[in-house]
Amino acid sequence: MLAVPALAAVACLFLRAEQARWVALAATLIDLALGIVLWAGFEIGGPQWQFVERGADLGVFRWDLGIDGFALLLIMLSVFLMPICIGASWRSVTDRVPEYMAAFLLTEVLMIGTFAAQDLLLFYIFFEAGLIPMYLIIGIWGGANRVYASYKFFLYTLLGSVVMLVAMLYMAYTAGTTSIPALMAYDFAPGVQTWLWLAFFASFAVKMPMWPVHTWLPDAHVQAPTAGSVILAGVLLKLGGYGFLRFSLPMFPEASAELTWLIFVLSAVAVVYTSLVALVQSDMKKLIAYSSVAHMAIVTIGLYAFNRQGVEGAMMVMLSHGLVSGALFLCVGVIYDRLHTREIARYGGLSSVMPRYALFFLLFTMASIGLPGTSGFVAEFLSLMGTYQISTWTALICTTGIILGAAYMLYLYRRVAFGEVRSEEVRAMPDLSGRELWLLAPIAAAVLWMGVYPESFMAPMRDDVGRLLARIERARPAGDSAPTPGRGVPVAAPAHAAAESHH
Amino acid sequence: MTDIYLMALAEIVLGLGAIALMLVSAWGGPASTRAVSWTAVALLVGACVALTGPESYGGISFNGLWRADAFGAFAKLLIFAATAACIVIAPGFFQRTAGDDLRPEYPVLMLLAAVGMAAMVSANDLLTLYVGLELQSLASYVLASFMRREARSAEAGLKYFVLGALASGILLYGISLVYGFSGSTQFGFIAEAYAGTQTLGLLFGLVFVFAGIAFKMAVVPFHMWTPDVYEGAPTPVTTFFATASKVSAAALAIRIAVTAMGPAVAQWQQIVIFAALASIVLGAVGAIGQTNIKRLLAYSSINNVGFILVGLAAGTAEGVAAMLFYLAVYIAMTLGAFVVVLQMRDAAGQPIEDIAALSGLSRTRPALALAMAVFMFSLAGIPPLLGFNAKLAVFQAAVNAGLYPLAVLGFVASVIGAYYYLRVVKVMYLDAPAPEFGGERNLVEGGLIAASAVFVSPVGWLLLAPLGAWTAAAARSLF
Repeated sequence: MLAVPALAAVACLFLRAEQARWVALAATLIDLALGIVLWAGFEIGGPQWQFVERGADLGVFRWDLGIDGFALLLIMLSVFLMPICIGASWRSVTDRVPEYMAAFLLTEVLMIGTFAAQDLLLFYIFFEAGLIPMYLIIGIWGGANRVYASYKFFLYTLLGSVVMLVAMLYMAYTAGTTSIPALMAYDFAPGVQTWLWLAFFASFAVKMPMWPVHTWLPDAHVQAPTAGSVILAGVLLKLGGYGFLRFSLPMFPEASAELTWLIFVLSAVAVVYTSLVALVQSDMKKLIAYSSVAHMAIVTIGLYAFNRQGVEGAMMVMLSHGLVSGALFLCVGVIYDRLHTREIARYGGLSSVMPRYALFFLLFTMASIGLPGTSGFVAEFLSLMGTYQISTWTALICTTGIILGAAYMLYLYRRVAFGEVRSEEVRAMPDLSGRELWLLAPIAAAVLWMGVYPESFMAPMRDDVGRLLARIERARPAGDSAPTPGRGVPVAAPAHAAAESHH
Repeated sequence: MTDIYLMALAEIVLGLGAIALMLVSAWGGPASTRAVSWTAVALLVGACVALTGPESYGGISFNGLWRADAFGAFAKLLIFAATAACIVIAPGFFQRTAGDDLRPEYPVLMLLAAVGMAAMVSANDLLTLYVGLELQSLASYVLASFMRREARSAEAGLKYFVLGALASGILLYGISLVYGFSGSTQFGFIAEAYAGTQTLGLLFGLVFVFAGIAFKMAVVPFHMWTPDVYEGAPTPVTTFFATASKVSAAALAIRIAVTAMGPAVAQWQQIVIFAALASIVLGAVGAIGQTNIKRLLAYSSINNVGFILVGLAAGTAEGVAAMLFYLAVYIAMTLGAFVVVLQMRDAAGQPIEDIAALSGLSRTRPALALAMAVFMFSLAGIPPLLGFNAKLAVFQAAVNAGLYPLAVLGFVASVIGAYYYLRVVKVMYLDAPAPEFGGERNLVEGGLIAASAVFVSPVGWLLLAPLGAWTAAAARSLF
């Protein structure tokens, strides 16, 4: 799986534009097929680590790969979005196509590698190496202010990661191994855990991104080409969540419990603050970027809820957000290709001009809000339910984010799709082409599938969630909701009745 | 008796060869340049082969003046390889520079410098060390001013000479103090003296010796000459300073710190930690404003020496092995980057050194731009390039030795460094193309660039395990 896009990337460099496009598409489709084979072969209820590949000893680290349920799902997300990205840049990128395709294929290699790495340092290498192609994608094929955005993206992320690297070196020295499964079972001293946790937090919080270190994201998103945004939102942001899930929680359970308040406070602030910021954006991509920050905050609270609903919900939010925000960026890309502006004010009345487009846009808007029947509902509901058991206040504040989310997304949709057609240019915009239809339809199908029958996605990770919870059980903080069986309902009912009669 | 000479076979081959070639060049004149150059390269290859003999690991000889061990052999191999590369790239450069032809003295001086460096890394006595150092320095001063008609080159040579002489004086003063207070110039006896009661004189001697070596390594605060000399010297010579000279100075620092002053680790560790951090930070910050690519690479070399010293600060065999690994990778990166600089010429074929001239290189010369980008990302320490593995190794040694603040600060400072390496990549990939480089392409130079780029790319991972074993063995021979 790693070899196919890697070889294709090298091949692309030597080809002409049209050939490079086809090679890239073929390579990503082959990887998608391999991904499906992987999923089919993944034994639910089997051993934790499957498809383990023990590689050569490379000095201080080893080339070890293997996946569990979390990794499987995120790899699936990556290989699913990749052909769509290539398709999305089929016509919109005309400049230096071979290099562009090579950069994308390289990104795919590195992302799959990150999720599959079973060695601490190998993980770091894949994790960091992803910066190079992303830097080039934003920097070369980005918008007007692309140089600033690419620098900010690169240096921000690098600074966060080097601190993590020191922590990794310390762990490798103390535990005497760099194997991730071994480290997941190793108990570090509680005092040390706090420091290590903070070091990892520095990296993952930037990647995630959490408030207040999210500022690189809107810049990067706005300036990146459409497909770059899709990958950034769809997969790269998931690295942060995956990092929390793979490292912070199982390796430092005590520190995680101790610092849960930090996560909750930052996430709660993020949800409300970024939602409000999103409300006043005039640039579509920026709006979606801020909504990403809000959604990722729901991931973090779910992860740190220390219970099954929270963790499964967080995972589902990651998958759902990867699909939905990727699709929303594609939707923006579609009309950007036609009118070359992302100003919301320039559009209007698209539902009459481009009915098919409006339909898809509506579906993804609803999924982003979390309407039942779409993936967003299942995911956010689980995550918030898990959080409620730990901290009612956090859950309360974060739930307002859903309301605000509905506000800004519907406001966006109203301005773009309804109302009057603003100009002749807009009136002349053609509806979705066959290629664009093929890009959006699979995502729409996946979103609905996840909303109607989430079991397919939850089954592979169920055992892993169980193992994770067993691991962190001893550090689990006591919740403040504490519903006592049989007491809640009868007490609430009279009070409710009393309130009714009072009116 | 013959064993003794076999232990220094490589140096003997090179020394005699250099003298013979000097005679050839005196009789043959400029016409013999080509033959002398290739003979010099052949001699260096021969010296590398001589290093593989078992006598190269024979131990102490020449009445305690010389020490042939795995550490020295590894360092010498790097030095000879770098020297050979610097001889090979010279003809192309001088051909293009109007007025200054390459003369056969160039390879001869390079050979002599290489012999000096080999003596430095194999020294087991302060006098061997000093003689080797001076042989190398004197050859370097001449090489720096090799372009006789270029004012900048002459200035570089003079500046290097004056400051180098001062540094040699400081070093010699330190040597005399160490000798006076320990009673010997041999490393073994000096180590015994440092293991006993520490006197103020011994401490002063240590500080002065380190100051002198710090100058040769271009470590902050003794780095001021580096940008000027690197800028003024002919580019092949700059390459030589940045690669072979660095290796020899770093190896010398390791040798003297571990073998002679090993018991005083607590004393020199502070110096090394300070010098390492100061070099990393100053090398990174100083490079930001540079517009000349050679000056930028000069600051980059200061920055990298800082990272190399992090391994020495750990004071362990692991740290030394990491330093040797770093040096090997560093040579490849720097050599590659400088050979790319050699390709920068205007339409008339004259060398240019402005970073702006690299603009849009990815369109005009995509392969060259890709190679340069690989070197820059590698120097910045971004995985999956080998420069990252090198940084990882030295910092791992530091962390394992408990130097956490050093590791954290060093890594954070490396982010500052990433900024200016990134700027070069930005200029090449993001900016509008500048006029295409003129001049014909040189197959040898292209091959060197390609080989270095492949070595630092992930393909180089295949070499990690053998290189790791080799450096570890080399480091063990010191402890």
